[in-house]
Amino acid sequence: MPKDEYQSRDFRVVGTRPIRPDGIDKVTGKARYGADISAPGMLWGAILRSPHAHARIKGIDTSKARAMKGVKAVITRADFTHQPEDADMADILDNCMAGDKARYDGHAVAAVAATSKSIARAALAAIEVDYEVLPHVTDVDEAMKPSAPVVETGRQQENVPEGYSENVTGRSQYGHGDPESGFEKADLIVERSFKTAATHQGYIEPHACLATLGSDGQGDLWVCTQGHYMVRNVCAGVLGLDAGQLRVTASEIGGGFGGKTHVWMEPTALMLARKSGKPVKLVMSRDEVFRATGPTASSSVDVKIGMTKDGTITGATASYRLQAGAYPGGIAFLSAMCGFAPYDLENVRTEGFEVMTNRPKAAAYRAPGAPMGAYPVESVIDELCQKLDLDPLETRLKNAAREGTKSSYGPTYPAIGLEATLNAAKSHPHWSAPLGPNQGRGVACGFWFNFGGDTCVSLMVNPDGTVSLSEGNPDIGGSRASMTMMAAEELGVPLDQVRTIIADTASLGQNEVTDGSRVTFAVGLATIKAARHAIQIMKERAAMTWGIDPEAVDWRDGAAHPAGPNAGKFPPMTIKEIAAIASNTGGPIAGHHEVNAEGAGVSFATHMVDTEVDPETGAVKVLRYTVFQDAGKAVHPDYVEGQFQGGAAQGIGWAINEEYIYGDDGRLQNAGFLDYRIPVASDLPMIEPVILEIPNPGHPYGVRGVGETSIVPPLAAIANSVSRAAGVRLTSLPMSPPKVLAALKAE
Amino acid sequence: MSQIHITTTINGDETEYLCEADETLLDVLRDHLDMTGSKEGCGTGDCGACSVVVDGRLVCSCLMLAAEAEGRAIETIEGMGQGDQLHPLQQKFLEHAALQCGICTPGILVAAKNLLERNPNPSEEEVRYWLAGNLCRCTGYDKIIRAVMDTAADMRGAA
Repeated sequence: MPKDEYQSRDFRVVGTRPIRPDGIDKVTGKARYGADISAPGMLWGAILRSPHAHARIKGIDTSKARAMKGVKAVITRADFTHQPEDADMADILDNCMAGDKARYDGHAVAAVAATSKSIARAALAAIEVDYEVLPHVTDVDEAMKPSAPVVETGRQQENVPEGYSENVTGRSQYGHGDPESGFEKADLIVERSFKTAATHQGYIEPHACLATLGSDGQGDLWVCTQGHYMVRNVCAGVLGLDAGQLRVTASEIGGGFGGKTHVWMEPTALMLARKSGKPVKLVMSRDEVFRATGPTASSSVDVKIGMTKDGTITGATASYRLQAGAYPGGIAFLSAMCGFAPYDLENVRTEGFEVMTNRPKAAAYRAPGAPMGAYPVESVIDELCQKLDLDPLETRLKNAAREGTKSSYGPTYPAIGLEATLNAAKSHPHWSAPLGPNQGRGVACGFWFNFGGDTCVSLMVNPDGTVSLSEGNPDIGGSRASMTMMAAEELGVPLDQVRTIIADTASLGQNEVTDGSRVTFAVGLATIKAARHAIQIMKERAAMTWGIDPEAVDWRDGAAHPAGPNAGKFPPMTIKEIAAIASNTGGPIAGHHEVNAEGAGVSFATHMVDTEVDPETGAVKVLRYTVFQDAGKAVHPDYVEGQFQGGAAQGIGWAINEEYIYGDDGRLQNAGFLDYRIPVASDLPMIEPVILEIPNPGHPYGVRGVGETSIVPPLAAIANSVSRAAGVRLTSLPMSPPKVLAALKAE
Repeated sequence: MSQIHITTTINGDETEYLCEADETLLDVLRDHLDMTGSKEGCGTGDCGACSVVVDGRLVCSCLMLAAEAEGRAIETIEGMGQGDQLHPLQQKFLEHAALQCGICTPGILVAAKNLLERNPNPSEEEVRYWLAGNLCRCTGYDKIIRAVMDTAADMRGAA
């Protein structure tokens, strides 16, 4: 990991709060999202989905649909003649269009393209599918039993011990030391089991795309996604196309939170376009989003922690079982890595089981696996503090990981900010504010890795000296603003001299998806390096003009200055002056940078929340919420605060309201925003964000990712708050009124 | 399928369209009139992303049939600013960074404008309850509520 990137400096642009460059389009309704464009001659696509949780498809009769006026294409899996060799790619194909069986309620089985939405809907109703219903399983613990219905055979990895169903596809293990000997040194051991429900990312924009694909294999796809390069690569792999022939353009994106880092229907749109010979627009309904795109995993977890009377954790274990939905994969390994990551432990062991069930293929959701990793651990630490009469912040500080700590998942930490967040929490007025009856205060910590990855950026100096910056990552929450700011900072030009766009897949090299809180770090790093490349070229052009050595030129305040022995000999050349004569000094000026970015800095947060529990109804009201998080360097503090607040709000929903509810028939019972209730404005208080800045040694400006860590602590912080308010330990999410009331009555 | 001829007023302009009997006002705005500022987040009236004002009342355009618009006055996000002048709410949303992805923003702006026309001095609680029908998944509502309250204060000062 490069640790020498960071250099302390005074910032001119970074750290200010300018209005975002895409703002006017977004407050006037002009911004174009996935479903907002059309093409001449366009058809409307629609997808038929299985009503069964698990069923063999014995036959599909599409003849009536094909015969309908206005229907231009009907497809089933039989039309996907290319069989990908890669197992992951084959799973994506099968998830986009079921093969021999439907694996979950909502699994796609056929699709149509027609001249209107209503004709497309009528055509779906005319398709006859002959199902043989099979036994199903939707609960993670049930699915692990040897007697459980098996979603797919032959997918179990060798690391799974004997005695489990074939649904258990993988097991991972992390840790060091010997927890058993650690438990012997403890004054108190608490061992508990926890459950969390599957929750959906809940982005307000349903998936949408517009596809064309000719018989020559050339295609264009407009799509709302967190990663259009990923969409291109997957669609090409699934359909057997050359990636270079498929150009994918990312629309504005109406939320993703990880749910748009996957491909759910884009190959279907391309296949409909190829078969019909027309552009096809495919837009999911909200019902489809809930039933057929990935929520995050539900979890079942056992945790055991031993502590001495002075608050030292002596031993810790956790076993995480997460449902991955209808295909192998899963994120239990991430829970197992993240759960104890905030602590400096001598003896810690974790394991994670990946489990298939008859549910939609689980997807990434903001710090995937980490919230379920932290919730049980932070709950048990809180219970230990209660029983040993210890301060929960002091106890966390006592065990806190710091620079040089060997983490529970392996690596040794460089400079990190956990202690800073805990100290900020301790000295914040929230910590000492009085509480009323039936109220409780909870705290919890959380960790996320933050990613780097493949990144490619181009920065063009235009003939008038303005700057065009091209990046390849969809802007999901203000990243064009932060890239523009970093480019302006590095070049020394006014902010309004730079415009940043999200380029299509034919215009830049490969870019990893917008995930892992990687963009401000990795694309920012590439932007700074691309600017430095352009500066180097401009210094050479100035040196050529002056007839001096390029090494004897400095760049500052948006201009080349003669330096060293030549200092003051020539007037500075501004970027505009250099750009104006570029044609005569070697041609256009552009900087670029391509990197697999390493050096992402891990991030920690501490959350503090007050809740009140209604003893008559079990309803939980969130009264006050404060987020303390290390941002490394907040490039645009408004949007850093927004990430803190948004993650906390999603965590509040996960803790109190949200859950996928399945009936005995294996069908999802609440596939809509009325019954799957995400927090609304009247549910929440103001959420106070406190930004800490402990520079990431691996970034020139010290930037860490900030997007995901904020959803890691809330589940436990709220559970700890509610448990203290109710006087009883809650161990199952969501803490909905019936559950809280039952716990109160059992006490 | 025979289509229905409708004459209505949208953002002050008399507008005619043909619609099918089962099409919603939102379908017509988006698919026939290219007014895609109103968004479809759910199609069931739960998210508010399609909020428009019809004869002064805030409605989800996904819950109103296009054929019902005959003779009415409809206001959408496209009519909120005047020329290149943003409405004060639009300006405050930018200044307060009250949007992240922006998909809910048009609906929230339309709803907030309707609130301030009814109640120029709303409490925080009144703003939160008025906007409870507009889902935002990015922001936690904090900066949205502040932007609306700040706009209201400014507009009261200017009035």
